[in-house]
Amino acid sequence: MAEEVKLFRNWSSPFALRIVWALKLKGIEYETILEDLQNKSSLLLQYNPVHKKVPVLLHNGKPILESLVILEYIEETWKQHPLLPEDPFEKATARFWARFNDEKLLPSIRDASTKQGKEQEEAIVQVEENLKYVEEKLKGNVFFGGETIGYLDLAFGWLANLVSVLEEVTGLSLTASGKFPLLSAWMQNFSDAPVIKECWPPRDKLIIKYQAMIEKYTAVAAPK
Amino acid sequence: MSTSDVKLLGGWPSPFVMRARIALNIKSVDYEFLQEKVGEKSELLLKSNPVYKKIPVLIHADKPICESLIIVQYIDEVWTSGPSILPSDPYDRAIARFWAAYIDDKWFPSVRGIALIAEGDEEKKEAVQEVATGLELLEDAFPKCNKGGNFFGGERIGYLDIALGCFLAWLRVTEKLNNVKLLDEAKTPNLCKWAESFCSDAAVKDVMPETDKLLGFAKVLMARFKAPPAN
Repeated sequence: MAEEVKLFRNWSSPFALRIVWALKLKGIEYETILEDLQNKSSLLLQYNPVHKKVPVLLHNGKPILESLVILEYIEETWKQHPLLPEDPFEKATARFWARFNDEKLLPSIRDASTKQGKEQEEAIVQVEENLKYVEEKLKGNVFFGGETIGYLDLAFGWLANLVSVLEEVTGLSLTASGKFPLLSAWMQNFSDAPVIKECWPPRDKLIIKYQAMIEKYTAVAAPK
Repeated sequence: MSTSDVKLLGGWPSPFVMRARIALNIKSVDYEFLQEKVGEKSELLLKSNPVYKKIPVLIHADKPICESLIIVQYIDEVWTSGPSILPSDPYDRAIARFWAAYIDDKWFPSVRGIALIAEGDEEKKEAVQEVATGLELLEDAFPKCNKGGNFFGGERIGYLDIALGCFLAWLRVTEKLNNVKLLDEAKTPNLCKWAESFCSDAAVKDVMPETDKLLGFAKVLMARFKAPPAN
């Protein structure tokens, strides 16, 4: 049976990028449906009525939602180029750190970039604590997945692209300080990997986007 | 495998801990239940879960696994001779995982919001509506998942049943404390029937706290929460 794989995404979503990487690493043919998130298509709303977000993977007409759920689905459906370890404990560990990225690390970096004054200082402290854990995870490994890129590299992958953008836009120094040498090395190695390199959204567009986002946040914040 | 090989750090009132206990029960795994004292965190907990410092933590052959849904999946993957907890089909698994994530990320926070955040009738009404909307979504999802059985998992309880069912006692407590009806036969008949089946399941019965006992615990907790912090 011919496989029909479609991916609803927009040009910049780091969550959608995880899926692009996974599909490419596994060599899966797919069609991209590019969404304008300011003007969502009726198809997207039909397939993801609960969250109305990208990414949405459509496999033979059936929608799969939430990037980490989609990654597991892809892993279980297409067995080539495994992304997750086989050992249940290693798997549980990878899942734990992926959730850590989504629930702690990413929000802390977002807060450090968008908040002001004392709240920003506190967020920056959080970011440092969180990045220390990530640095620790890289001891003895080129990638989080070991010798090759795996699930956890895809989960953390947005760092390799967006941290430098946020640093440029905000003037903050999150990893540029050199405090996290293993993480900085990983960011370079990950970015240089062929499948990853060819997918990065254009940097100048990202700068404009995040500049606008941060201006919006700082405009909204009440003067202290 | 000796009992001491499997330890669970937790507490009887925690719905998240209950998830792990139900999973272990499904697989007939003996374990040592190490209950944390309320308001204190043991050294073992702090050592095993330094990132979140929260229960549950499953310790298997001295290796800690944290986060309740991750623990449930781990249990499913290690003890393969017992009944499966996750569905076997990748698409069904994705649906179960999607709803479980929704429950943790959106729905349960709105339940907690009723008791802890909402002040005044208007806010409380909104919080109650949020919870109800979530339940209606799950009510709709039920016939798409159950394949004719009594549970989201089909004939037997599975991942999504565990993810949602663990909150039933707290749901009842929240209803009593706030004088609201959250699980309503008129609006969510499937879920109400399912709730009964879930609570009487062999793997669940002994670990689901009685509503009155939990109510008493909740009142103590709320008094502590509202009392001036003792740092």
